[in-house]
Amino acid sequence: MKLLTLNFVTCARKSCKTLPAAFPLHPRDAELEIVEMELNPKFLVNILPRVEWQALRTVCQELGLPTLPDIMPVQQDLLQPPSLPGRESESQEGEAEGEGGSEEEDALQKPSQTAQDLHRVLLETTIANGKLVCGACGHEYAVKEGIANFLLPSHMV
Amino acid sequence: MEYLVRFAQVHTGFHAAELESLASLNGIELEILKYSANSPFCIVWLASEESARRLISRSILASGIYEVWGSGNDYATLHEDVLSRTSQIRPKYRKSSFRFTVDGYQGKRSQASQRALIESFSYLGFDGPIRMHNVELNICLFEEYQAHAPEPERVFLGRWLAESSRAAVTKYDLKKRHYISTTSMDAEVALVTANMVQAQPGKLVYDPFVGTGSLLIACAHFGAVTIGSDIDGRCIRGKAERHIVSNYQQYQLLHRYLDGFISDLTHCPLRQTRLLDGIVCDPPYGVREGLKVLGTKDGSGKEEVIIDGVPAHLRPNFIPPKKPYSFEAMLDDVLEFAASSLVESGRLCMWMPSANEDEVELEIPTHPALEIVAVCVQPFNKWSRRLLTYRRLPDADIRDETPRAKKEQAVGAHADELNRFRKKYFEGFKTTSKDI
Repeated sequence: MKLLTLNFVTCARKSCKTLPAAFPLHPRDAELEIVEMELNPKFLVNILPRVEWQALRTVCQELGLPTLPDIMPVQQDLLQPPSLPGRESESQEGEAEGEGGSEEEDALQKPSQTAQDLHRVLLETTIANGKLVCGACGHEYAVKEGIANFLLPSHMV
Repeated sequence: MEYLVRFAQVHTGFHAAELESLASLNGIELEILKYSANSPFCIVWLASEESARRLISRSILASGIYEVWGSGNDYATLHEDVLSRTSQIRPKYRKSSFRFTVDGYQGKRSQASQRALIESFSYLGFDGPIRMHNVELNICLFEEYQAHAPEPERVFLGRWLAESSRAAVTKYDLKKRHYISTTSMDAEVALVTANMVQAQPGKLVYDPFVGTGSLLIACAHFGAVTIGSDIDGRCIRGKAERHIVSNYQQYQLLHRYLDGFISDLTHCPLRQTRLLDGIVCDPPYGVREGLKVLGTKDGSGKEEVIIDGVPAHLRPNFIPPKKPYSFEAMLDDVLEFAASSLVESGRLCMWMPSANEDEVELEIPTHPALEIVAVCVQPFNKWSRRLLTYRRLPDADIRDETPRAKKEQAVGAHADELNRFRKKYFEGFKTTSKDI
């Protein structure tokens, strides 16, 4: 499970969903893995406002990852202004087939260091095995081979 | 300008809806001037050739788009129309290399007859070389026949502009996919669903009944990042080398797979906030795939079970009990979930069955925060299913503020009692004797 996904989930119990303590879920005995992935600047820009920054910082701290800045970067921080008028061809954007849209304008903007760091944390750092613990009820959700299981036993439904 | 969209004569119930969805996705103004489900030729109005190319580039049901050079109910009127419409255009192509083909619907002509037809357009005055490939001008003559009629009922002449994404249907053919199940969605319909949900680069699309990932793969093809969950962990984990991830790998789409997790829609762990750009789903109808949620049939099991001093649910290989659920309640849950988790103008595409006999009193589930964009029907032999497309309204546009009455959970514990569709399906959609 990627840290972005972890940032999107709370405890699945109905009685917990509204409680502040049920989010974020706290990783325990987590085995981390870096799975490299192509950087997708458009996606990062789109998704950034949906990330709960403080929760992400907490989780990174609990996992012993480098500390994130106090304040969430804004979308403009993700794209560097074009460095030189001579445009470099950014191959990763062009390859996607069957997609209309404004590829040209993206190719002019290279992802910034901030974008690369965020990409590493949110999309390449994954919990391969371990547990996710709800801070409100203490229930543990198992993560096995990267797949988290949010099914509940009948007495918690 | 008028353009002709050449559809493949399949899934006719989706033709117009797909075009409209692609127009809205690209911010293109589109007017459908002439369309009938009985014809693969659709005449539309678009502002420019560039819009025409963009509109069609992602289409799955169309094969291509053409600039209309003339139309008529017979050849005399067609020639007249072509002469008047192309007087300005023709001179531009005088020296161009060109190709001229005939495309008939429900009627075919011999080579000789095709040639004679093409010759009858010699007044266009093209002197360039004739080629089959890499031509500057690609002209097509379309003929539409009524079944077994000797002469076409409508004829069109058009200049080819652009190809669609129809080739993807072959690329994603389920027969060539490594990991599928009985409920995997056929590639063509899945790709159309991805067009309806407007999957595109940068967007996040979720499938709460992901199964083998067939809908999400189609969304990933169009550039969206995808995330899925299922109550049945076996589909997500797969077996050995065959699982959802291997499907993404097969098409080199792994960079658009965010995650898969195991959960039940009625107890979904996603934060209840506007996280998603699109939701696609084909909820289990309770026929091939059981329709179940967490809980027990008789409401028992409210006590924690301890085995050897360890709570049973924390032991490895614990399988939580599940109970049958009503399909109508499930659809309602999907809508409720979509209303709370889609971004503004985000779309929900949901498949639902409806027995043909029920057609009259078909209930399309509604929600005050969701506007119905399209209802497309795919008929089968004895039943049909529909693809419902909804758009999340901006909060300011939601008129009905009254809280919704939650659909009453049907009484009963058995799958048949909870699910009328399942019951009908297994009865073979028989009409009761008093109806005859």
